[in-house]
Amino acid sequence: MIINLRVWRQASASAEGKMVSYRVEGVSEDMSFLEMLDLLNEDLTLKGEEPIAFDHDCREGICGMCGVVINGSAHGRASSPVPTTTCQLHMRSFADGATIDVEPWRAGAFPVIKDLVVDRTAFDRIIQAGGFISVNAGAAPEAHSVPAPKIEADRAFDAATCIGCGACVAACPNGSSMLFTSAKITHLAMLPQGQPERYSRVKAMVATQDELGFGGCTNIGECAAVCPKQIPLDTISQLNRDLIKALFRKDGK
Amino acid sequence: MATAVNETTQNPGAGAYFEVGADIGDTKAPDGPIDRKWSQRKFGAALVNPANRRKLSVIVVGTGLAGGAAAATLGEAGYNVLNFCYQDSPRRAHSIAAQGGINAAKNYRNDNDSTYRLFYDTVKGGDYRARENNVYRLAEVSANIIDQCVAQGVPFAREYGGLLDNRSFGGVQVQRTFYARGQTGQQLLIGAYQSLERQVAAGTVQMFARHEMLELILVDGRARGIVTRNMVTGAIEAHTADAVVLATGGYGNVFFLSTNAMGCNVTACWRAHRKGAYFGNPCYTQIHPTCIPVHGDTQSKLTLMSESLRNDGRIWVPKNAEDCDKDPREIAEEDRDYYLERIYPAFGNLVPRDIASRQAKNRCDEGRGVGPAVEEVDHETGETRRVRRGVYLDFASAIERMGRQTVENKYGNLFDMYAQITGENPYETPMRIYPAVHYTMGGLWVDYDLMSNITGLYVTGEANFSDHGANRLGASALMQGLADGYFVLPNTINDYLSKGPFEKVGADHPAVVEALRETTSRVERLLAINGSRTVDSFHKELGTIMWEYCGMERSEEGLTFAIARIRELREEFWRDVKVTGLNEDFNQTLERAGRVADFLEMGELMCVDALHRRESCGGHFRAESQTEDGEALRHDDEFLYVAAWEFTGVGNKPVLHKEALVYDNVELKQRSYK
Repeated sequence: MIINLRVWRQASASAEGKMVSYRVEGVSEDMSFLEMLDLLNEDLTLKGEEPIAFDHDCREGICGMCGVVINGSAHGRASSPVPTTTCQLHMRSFADGATIDVEPWRAGAFPVIKDLVVDRTAFDRIIQAGGFISVNAGAAPEAHSVPAPKIEADRAFDAATCIGCGACVAACPNGSSMLFTSAKITHLAMLPQGQPERYSRVKAMVATQDELGFGGCTNIGECAAVCPKQIPLDTISQLNRDLIKALFRKDGK
Repeated sequence: MATAVNETTQNPGAGAYFEVGADIGDTKAPDGPIDRKWSQRKFGAALVNPANRRKLSVIVVGTGLAGGAAAATLGEAGYNVLNFCYQDSPRRAHSIAAQGGINAAKNYRNDNDSTYRLFYDTVKGGDYRARENNVYRLAEVSANIIDQCVAQGVPFAREYGGLLDNRSFGGVQVQRTFYARGQTGQQLLIGAYQSLERQVAAGTVQMFARHEMLELILVDGRARGIVTRNMVTGAIEAHTADAVVLATGGYGNVFFLSTNAMGCNVTACWRAHRKGAYFGNPCYTQIHPTCIPVHGDTQSKLTLMSESLRNDGRIWVPKNAEDCDKDPREIAEEDRDYYLERIYPAFGNLVPRDIASRQAKNRCDEGRGVGPAVEEVDHETGETRRVRRGVYLDFASAIERMGRQTVENKYGNLFDMYAQITGENPYETPMRIYPAVHYTMGGLWVDYDLMSNITGLYVTGEANFSDHGANRLGASALMQGLADGYFVLPNTINDYLSKGPFEKVGADHPAVVEALRETTSRVERLLAINGSRTVDSFHKELGTIMWEYCGMERSEEGLTFAIARIRELREEFWRDVKVTGLNEDFNQTLERAGRVADFLEMGELMCVDALHRRESCGGHFRAESQTEDGEALRHDDEFLYVAAWEFTGVGNKPVLHKEALVYDNVELKQRSYK
């Protein structure tokens, strides 16, 4: 296959960026999207040009490190028959000779570092605000001392599969991190161990995401549409319910 | 102290590649019965007063299960922790990709499981090449891990009564594996990550993401700091502390293609090795039989599919090479060779990982592999050939027997993953599988306290050598990472830290200045070569050499050839590699170049270790050591020891230090699956 790429090139956080065209030959349909970029980078290197910077690590759709906007769609969701991360999108999803636009996540809270690489440390900051259960190593009771109903435990798991890639923020017209935050809220709220900090957690995490410059949620749903792990939109309802309850509790407890 | 090894008829020629030094041994495990050792050690270890802990600092490199858990736990204890990772967030560490589960001796199934049984199974699974004391402790703390993870909110699979579910895993007869669908590693890592971020918020842990460790700083023989490169700005900086912990994972990427993440590397461990830390059993690599085969020469990594597929799938290749490019559904039953069922009628498709892997390779070497032919270089002649590297894993009879719905319920997520990667529908046409490098049992040598032979340098998780012997049982990697991180290291490192705080090491200390200078000049050297070959082309070539000669089957002839070829390749790398860009920038080519440079040294040591160990053991088949019917043959009389290698300079002979393995509790047996 031959693929025509238009890729966002930006030398550094402060530099101006622009779309640059490349022609990639010898693409096989079994290649992943990132392997196609590898192929281009090998070619650029041999020509003495700077390869395109992009984040990636596990290349099996679980670490959450990769993610670019492909033809206007986060992780190329619009080109893929199934929910996917960029590393699990394969070139068989594209036609021979296709022109593909590749851009970084675009959100105020995710500044570009270089080319397709953005800074997502804001997500870690949201978790720091309360996305945990306060238990020190060694302090845990016997695991079976607290049964957890299976239905809630399964719901906790569904929310906990979030990989923190940031596609939800990139897809949201408001640049909101609500799906990310609500996934953690729901994960911990569905388990008995998460109850003591349930309401203080939701207030702290929502306040922090606002401070970090993420936009507000207006229930558009683009986030859930691109989510590679299919985090359900109703986690946002769960967050809102918990937040409202928290506001009526003394000290959020 | 080194003396030249005598060339014996047993291992002719190996002596040209190494020397033998003084024996070593673990001095930290206390005497007494094995089930009392850990509590004795905890009682004997000196303590640090909580008020004094804030005056002590610990560097932890890596944020996976072993590193993230250790950093969080040391932070909770009140130490000042500096935690480093090369990814953009600690949550990305490759522990996240583990699918299957985590073992723990809880005996929730009332099926006669116990600490002793988990210990016994792990020692046996490691083919009697692990240290008994460490393995017993691992089994002992396994139950605490589950308690800890549940308290953190890890959503393990549960039954309708609200209690935890278990499954059996990896050829053991009890159900002791806890799991969270096929994403157990992810859920455990997120648990550790959340605890870690809690400590970041509390101010006990300072997190340095996108920082790669490039050197270890030794002061008066003690590990006192590291040099890192800030991967965004290129700044090369020194960080000092009272102790250093390496939790940097395995080195499977020496093979280029593996199930490891793209960034996994040996650099932190290799830099420590160059500074004097012994490398234990470097040739012990686990090769996993059920991975998705290579599709072409631009492939960047391999994907594992859970081994559970072998419970119901049947593995076969065509009997006749001319059928290999046919649609498999059109190959008649009598023209198929269900080779595992044929050779091992008792175990069939459920033979251990190494046997399933090696037999798949044998079929493909015979020319009966299936799937796309991939170009391979014959390293001896330099000629290229095209070989099909895949065998069928067929669910047709399982679908007929159980119905498609049952198969879908059991394996649906794996089938979907296969379909997404290959574009083929495994419900209709047989899957293709091939072995791939998955885990490295070898790692830096450590004592019972997890301290290396460098004072103050600790090594945890996959990065150390201690618990899995020559082969790791399924669902044991997660167990070891968390055992080391939550329970072992935090209860042994205090024994060392109680002697501190040590004299402060300032930025102007000669050891710091020298380490910074060495690191900077190495980076400058890489950037100055400006040759004609890309970093990846060297990495791929090294990988094919390692895979061919230091992979599933090894021989003296192959290994000596590989060592010579690696030396040539390393020389070519330093003469002809092309690294674009600058240091003072986000430069992924430079990052990879540094890692590949270290792999080019590491690969040689792996081959030397494999060459010296003239026995088939665990996951390793040595051509010169097999039974009459071609099965693996171990040599306890000669090789019942840990090979701990000392670095003596690039291209110089490494020195072998032997740690004798003593089995007071488990009887040595030769395995048989016929």
